[in-house]
Amino acid sequence: MSWYDKLFEAESFTLENGKQVSQKFTRVPLIIFLLLVGIVVSVWVTGFSVVTLFTNFVGFWKILASMFPPKLPYFMQVWRPLLMTIQMSFFGSFFGALVALPFAILAASNITNNRLINLVVRFILTVVRTIPTLVSALIATYIFGLGTFAGTVAIFLFSFSFVGKQLFEYMETVDMGAFEALTATGANTSRAFVTTILPQVLPTYLSTALFAFEGNVRYAAILGYVGAGGIGMILNEKIGWREFQSVGMILLSIFIAVVIIETVSQQLRKYLS
Amino acid sequence: MSQKLEAVLSKEPRRGLQYGVTIIILLILLASSAPVLSGAHITSKGFEIGWNILSGIFTPDTSLLFGLGDSGVAYLILQTIAIAFLGTLVGAIIAVPLSFISATNIVPKPVVIVTRVIIMAIRTVPSLVYGLMFIRVTGPGPFAGVMTLAIVSIGMISKLFIETIEDLDSGILESLDAFGSTLFQKIRYGILPQLGSDFISILVYRFDMNLREATILGLVGAGGIGAPMIFALNAYHWHQVGAILIGLFILVFVVEILSDKLRQKILHG
Repeated sequence: MSWYDKLFEAESFTLENGKQVSQKFTRVPLIIFLLLVGIVVSVWVTGFSVVTLFTNFVGFWKILASMFPPKLPYFMQVWRPLLMTIQMSFFGSFFGALVALPFAILAASNITNNRLINLVVRFILTVVRTIPTLVSALIATYIFGLGTFAGTVAIFLFSFSFVGKQLFEYMETVDMGAFEALTATGANTSRAFVTTILPQVLPTYLSTALFAFEGNVRYAAILGYVGAGGIGMILNEKIGWREFQSVGMILLSIFIAVVIIETVSQQLRKYLS
Repeated sequence: MSQKLEAVLSKEPRRGLQYGVTIIILLILLASSAPVLSGAHITSKGFEIGWNILSGIFTPDTSLLFGLGDSGVAYLILQTIAIAFLGTLVGAIIAVPLSFISATNIVPKPVVIVTRVIIMAIRTVPSLVYGLMFIRVTGPGPFAGVMTLAIVSIGMISKLFIETIEDLDSGILESLDAFGSTLFQKIRYGILPQLGSDFISILVYRFDMNLREATILGLVGAGGIGAPMIFALNAYHWHQVGAILIGLFILVFVVEILSDKLRQKILHG
């Protein structure tokens, strides 16, 4: 930003005791200018139009209104896929978090003292994290066939990379004193890790895993869109057939399930911290 | 010495039962979730496809990857960024008033409960469903993507905004009152400096998330880099898939690093 300060001179004041202080020229015009450029380019690229939005927004309300009242008896067909979705998220999150632990150990530079291994493992975690879950689910359906297994694999990959990253970053901040003391008394690295580092990171580890599970339940709801099982399949089907009252029932069921799971998980996380 | 140590050790609470129960509950849940694995039927064709995707990433379609036209990866990335940027902005414009009327230190409790349930409900509907709904409003294309992301962002943005608003230090406002400041001065010097940096940091974070979200909107025809990727996948054009995946990886990676840097700078100067 030095070029900006050179372009616009700093204002200087003389205090009562004769001392000179200076205030840099405000950055606000620059920020507003950049923001405007961003908005103009984005509006141009996306074809955003406020006029269309206001004239056609009725369509959105119409669809929303046609979902009410939700078709309650349809719940008999909803609960099984919904349960499937929750099971997929649970399975995927559990194994994702489990596999993330050894990878986080390898990625943490204070525990694995090898720059090459650290970088390789971190690179793997980053690559897996950049692939959108829906895309990995789609690829998984090609490899494992349509069904819940493909969805579970996608959720597994996401939880693995998410928990792995959070965990190794946290691991690098733990107090190493006890670990060093134990290795100094002759304990081997794995024994020292289990008794000193693990208790320190365990609460964060578990609460990150729970957090990933919460998010996954919501996310798993759309995996059915690419044929990866769960409630998304019937959701997609009912939207295609324009049975919006059934769609309303599906969304209501997801809402209730998410509220219950989030409440339980938040209580557990509160207990952990 | 060793007796003292043992005494301390014996005071350590026994966690065995607690751990045991937790593990048993986890195992029961896990076993009851096992049916989800039944869907797998791995065939040799599946492995062939997996291998093709991998080889596609290493031998990407260079004319697509470096192409500058409307279908090149560069333009798709620009479009995805534009969707995420505008989506975050529109979402923020809706979220700001919504969060002020959901903060416990500003409005009474019953209002807070109502608005929070609304926010929660908005957050539950999957993004693809919003995408399909907005396509009826705006027609297929990136515009629908912008509106979808705007609505999807409201949940998280307002949740974090509410926390910031509830942390407002009212002492500053009282002292400004004591000076005899006008309402405008109170907002300008009492509230904006407290909220500004947190709000911007939240928006930068949400932009980062929206970018990931924007990459999948193409599935329902709401623009971005997702649509051509799905077409290429369905048509088994692995080299094109590879080119788009590389573009996606670079995009998400660079934006993540930049947004982390920017947020550090905003929050810690």
